[in-house]
Amino acid sequence: MCLGIPMRVTEIEKNFKAYAETMGVKRPISIKLVPETKPGDFVLVHAGFAMEKIDPVEARKRIELFEKMLNLEGLD
Amino acid sequence: MEQGSFGYSVTNYNRLTEQLLNKVLKLGQKIAEKKGKKTKIMEVCGTHTVAFSRSGIAQLLSDVLDLRSGPGCPICVTHQQDLDYMISLSRIKEVIIVTFGDLLRVPGSFTSLEKEKAKGADVHICYSPLEAIDLAAANTQKEIVLLGIGFETTAPTIATALAQAREKGLKNFSIYSTLKLVPPALEALLHEKKFDLDGLVLPGHVSTVLGSNTFDFIAQKYALPCVVAGFEPLDLLMGLYYLLNSIMEEKAELTNAYAHIVKEKGNKTAKEIINLFFEEGETLWRGFASIPGSGLKLRTEYNDFEARSRFNNLEIPQTEVFSGCSCGDIITGKLTPFDCLLFNTSCTPLTPVGPCMVSSEGACSAYYQYRQQTQQEILLH
Amino acid sequence: MNEQEKDVILLSHGDGGLLTHQLIQGTFFPGFNNKWLEEEGDSAVLNFGQERLAFSTDSFVVSPLFFPGGDIGKLAICGTVNDLVVSGARPLWLSAAFIIPEGMAIERLSDVVRSMSEIACQLKLPIVTGDTKVVSSNDPENLFINTTGIGVIYPESNFNVKNVEPADKVIITGSIGDHGAAILAARLGLESKESPQSDCAPLDFISTLLRPYFPYIKVMRDPTRGGLATTLKELAISGSFDFWLEESSINVKPKVKAISDILGIDPYYLASEGRALLVVKNGQEEEIIKELKKHPLGKDASIIGYARAGKGNLFLRTKLGGTRPLQMLAGTPLPRIC
Repeated sequence: MCLGIPMRVTEIEKNFKAYAETMGVKRPISIKLVPETKPGDFVLVHAGFAMEKIDPVEARKRIELFEKMLNLEGLD
Repeated sequence: MEQGSFGYSVTNYNRLTEQLLNKVLKLGQKIAEKKGKKTKIMEVCGTHTVAFSRSGIAQLLSDVLDLRSGPGCPICVTHQQDLDYMISLSRIKEVIIVTFGDLLRVPGSFTSLEKEKAKGADVHICYSPLEAIDLAAANTQKEIVLLGIGFETTAPTIATALAQAREKGLKNFSIYSTLKLVPPALEALLHEKKFDLDGLVLPGHVSTVLGSNTFDFIAQKYALPCVVAGFEPLDLLMGLYYLLNSIMEEKAELTNAYAHIVKEKGNKTAKEIINLFFEEGETLWRGFASIPGSGLKLRTEYNDFEARSRFNNLEIPQTEVFSGCSCGDIITGKLTPFDCLLFNTSCTPLTPVGPCMVSSEGACSAYYQYRQQTQQEILLH
Repeated sequence: MNEQEKDVILLSHGDGGLLTHQLIQGTFFPGFNNKWLEEEGDSAVLNFGQERLAFSTDSFVVSPLFFPGGDIGKLAICGTVNDLVVSGARPLWLSAAFIIPEGMAIERLSDVVRSMSEIACQLKLPIVTGDTKVVSSNDPENLFINTTGIGVIYPESNFNVKNVEPADKVIITGSIGDHGAAILAARLGLESKESPQSDCAPLDFISTLLRPYFPYIKVMRDPTRGGLATTLKELAISGSFDFWLEESSINVKPKVKAISDILGIDPYYLASEGRALLVVKNGQEEEIIKELKKHPLGKDASIIGYARAGKGNLFLRTKLGGTRPLQMLAGTPLPRIC
């Protein structure tokens, strides 16, 4: 339906033009739809646009929650 | 690095994914024992269809899950009539078509954009809709037509292109919108109640715009458990874990398993820019009758940007519906590609009869690329 | 307009995938077929007196002409050399023919020629004949180069897909898709601190290192157009067996993965221009890997799968332990949003 990948914003220029990077590959994006974006933020990129900010703390917490749950409940 | 790991140890991330897979499999087995049948789940989004197949999760869980594709592949739900119109636009001499790569090979009634390009049509494949604006500014003697396909995720990117065209006063830019809305299609589908779904995996990226709240009606009105999920293997499994738990406990609830990206209320800026340029209107879907309020049409004040009115003297071929093609039933979850008589006989990615085979995230293409034969071959070994 | 449209050549007919096959089978074979062509190898194998000669030709079109890690000239030499090497031959002579667009800067053409000359000198390979044509064109970068090569096949090599047996191992000499990713990135203007580099390189080191192992090498290919998946699927079909690959042992560089993810493309279908795929006798794989690793271009060589009795299928065991079939490329990969 809609491909989107997480990228980290590296620079912001005028008119909502920005650059984002993943695994060493950088591309220009528009931050028009997430205007509060700052350099260093993680964003979800679709069709050359940042669609939403990604909360990396929340992302890690979510993984840790599952880790805990699997340890508690065991694998059965 | 797995993209969803965000600094979390990759080894642990991969181990966790494997552990969760086992957990989900056991959960699925428990439900199967309790209900005496496989759990029937619809993955609404075509990218989910591909992710389930490509990671091997669909095959690994095939004993306990009956995964059905939903109406979430924009190419697959685009009506033949719209395809024919868009292809006809490419035949106009002064037109440059700007499109996402997805549409290039989709067969219209008689031809495709790829074939028209080979015969001299000017077709530009873009990654961002904003490329159309640059092209329009650089080619003032040409007419630039941006093909607006997609759902709520892509709609605000097309709207941003419109905003820029307006700012720059471009007179040679228009769009052909077949943009569609997911909730009305799901309403239409669930309302039919023609098949007994146990739950739904909801589109993660459409939800970034709409917000997870938008889908509350599925749990409340149709009493079905559902989950908003991401696309990495761990995301998919987390989603399935929540969904199967809800199904096990017979709780009709919506869970957001993608909350580090999807907010409850979605992206206000994106929704505003959609509303600025578009209004809801009736639109044609393949596989459904016309669904009221399920399409995005340009507001009348922006009629100058409407390719349909700008190029209204077009000779459009009489639309031909492909006989025997089950795309319509496949994208509404009634059939799987294996049930279609044309699948992998007369319909293959090279000779696609319907769009579900040509779109790389179409259910038929995903089954062809990732699933066909697997079952029988694995049994043999 | 309702008349059935006549089929025309599409760009996808040149992508090395299913459409290319259809064109060869449907249009070229009926006209040209003979016992040499029937072998469908990377080179024709010709008996001439006591010698077996390998004869190979290839044309090169690439945009941009100069890309990170190489250029059309280097590609034109390496491409034909590699076709001879994977046929078990030592390259002896090359030809080079140029179809040049009017308006191309002569300096630009000289740069291409210099690059060809450098790599040919390094390989001690003379370019013994050539041709020049100029065509009218709107694009001064629209240069086409054809190279043809003749080599002599080493007496101990007998590479043929028919030799493949169950349990034979599949080896690749390095990471996959580097060239395809570098070209896509350059074409789409994806910037990078350190741009992804094409792996474009000559494979002659393989003959130097592996000659003693030639009797154990069943077949060799270079996974260029259509990538790893298309190349192996073709082999499986023509030998009527299956290949099973392990996703976790296939090396996809992070930048190649990133570009694939950004564009929604599968790296198994991206071209390599400096890698070889070897199917080797079961039990010999470790020794062969050890040899390959002696050369910088073979340092990442790894075993990625094995052959099984079957019907021409290619299967991938995913990192999670699931299975998915891989098919031939159907249509040039395009950037997608879905």
